[in-house]
Amino acid sequence: MKSLQSIIETHPFFKGLDEPYLELVTGCASNVRFNAGEFIYRQDEEADTFYIIRQGKVSLEICQPGHEPMVLQTVSEGEILGWAWIVPPYHWKFDAQAVELTRTIAFDGKCLRNKCQEDHGLGYELLSRLLPVVGKTMDASRLQLMNVYGIKSSEGV
Amino acid sequence: MNFSEPDPMVPQPYKVRQIWQETHDTFSLDLEPKGPSLHSEFAPGQFNMLYAFGVGEVPISISACSKNGDGWIHTIRDVGTVTHALHQLREGDTIGLRGPFGSAWPIDESKGSDVVIMAGGIGLAPLRPALYALMESRKNFGDIALLYGARKPEDLLYTDEFESWRGKYGVQVRVTVDNADRTWSGNVGVVTTMIPRVNFDPLQTVAMICGPEIMMRYAVLELRQNGVSEENIYVTMERNMKCAVGFCGHCQFGPAFICKDGPVFRYDRVKPLFSLREV
Repeated sequence: MKSLQSIIETHPFFKGLDEPYLELVTGCASNVRFNAGEFIYRQDEEADTFYIIRQGKVSLEICQPGHEPMVLQTVSEGEILGWAWIVPPYHWKFDAQAVELTRTIAFDGKCLRNKCQEDHGLGYELLSRLLPVVGKTMDASRLQLMNVYGIKSSEGV
Repeated sequence: MNFSEPDPMVPQPYKVRQIWQETHDTFSLDLEPKGPSLHSEFAPGQFNMLYAFGVGEVPISISACSKNGDGWIHTIRDVGTVTHALHQLREGDTIGLRGPFGSAWPIDESKGSDVVIMAGGIGLAPLRPALYALMESRKNFGDIALLYGARKPEDLLYTDEFESWRGKYGVQVRVTVDNADRTWSGNVGVVTTMIPRVNFDPLQTVAMICGPEIMMRYAVLELRQNGVSEENIYVTMERNMKCAVGFCGHCQFGPAFICKDGPVFRYDRVKPLFSLREV
C-alpha cells in the first residue's frame, strides 16, 4: 500500500517539494473520499481544509436565491480544491460538490497555516505553488466573463 | 484564358441535398453540384463562398465531405442576414458556391508527431476534416487530443461523434463549457485549462487551433508554457472575406490576405500581428 507521503509527493501540486517539507505537510494530511453528489463544503462555512484531488471531479457552484445553482468551474485529478484556508477570514466563497466519486487528500488548514507560520520556507513553497493556480483561475474567469463564443449582432453575416 | 478551369469569381449552382439542425442556432448543409461534378477535393481547413441568391455571399468552412463523396458539408451559425437566409433553405433548393479556397491544416507535416487540436465554439467545424484525416491514417500519428470548449452544453457540436473518436481511434476528447447548470456532468472552465489534462510530448507536437481570437491567444500562451514551439502551432484567422481570391483587400491582415494566404497560418508567421489592436 502506498504511504500518504508517497501519494502526496506524486501529486502535481507538491511535485519536487523537499523531503522535510513533505514530512511537515503529510503531518496535516488524511485520505478523504466523497461520493457523487456529496457536498465537500458550502459557501460561508469555515474554510478549514485544503484538498488535492487524486481522482474524480468536483464542481464549484454559486447559488442565487430563487435560481438554479450555476457551475462556475470543475476541478479534477491532479488539481487542487480551495485556497480560502490560507486567506483571512478563512471562509468558503462557493459550494463544492463531488460530481462523481472523488478521492482526495485533505489537509487540515489550521495545521498547515501554523506550520507555514513556524517555517516561512514552507510558507513560501506553498504560496509559490498556490499563486500560479490562483492567477490561472483569475485569467480563466476573465475569459469566461468575456463570453468569447458569443457573437454580437453587428458581427454576423 | 483557360476555359477548362471555372472562373473563381463565378458561383456554380449547388443543390441542397440535406439540411439539419446541429444546435439551437447552428445547422449543417449538405451540398451537391448540379450537373456534372467539377471536383469535390478539398484540403481540411479550406472554405467555400456560399451565395444565397438575392441576399449575399458568405465564407463558410467545409466541415466534412458528403457521404458519397460528391459534395461538401458546411456547418453554419445563424447570426446574420446571409446565414439566416441559408438557414431558411430546404432540401432541393439551389444556392451558388465558389471554392474551395485558402490554406489547409498541416496534416502531412504532422506525420510522426502528437497532435493537439483546440477548438472553441463553431471552431470545431473547420477542424473536423483535419480530425477525420488524422483518424483515417491513425497509425501515422502519435497521441491525438481534441480539446473543445463552448459557451454552454447546448452549444456543443457533433456530440454524437465523440464516442467513436474516443473508442475507435483513441483520440483524447476533452470537452468543457464556460458555464452550466447542475444537469451537466462534464467539465466547466475555459478550454485552455484542458491542456495539462491530456497526454502529448510537447517537443513532438503539432497544435491546430480554431476559435475566437482571444481564445486562440490564450491557447497559444498555454501551449508555449507547456513546451510546444511556435513553429508547431497553427491558427486560423477570420476577417471579412469578400472575393476569396485576394483581389478586393477586405480581409487584409498585415501583408497577407486571409482568403488566399490563410485562413490557416503558422503562428510564428503571424505572431507580430496577432495581438495588434489596429489589425
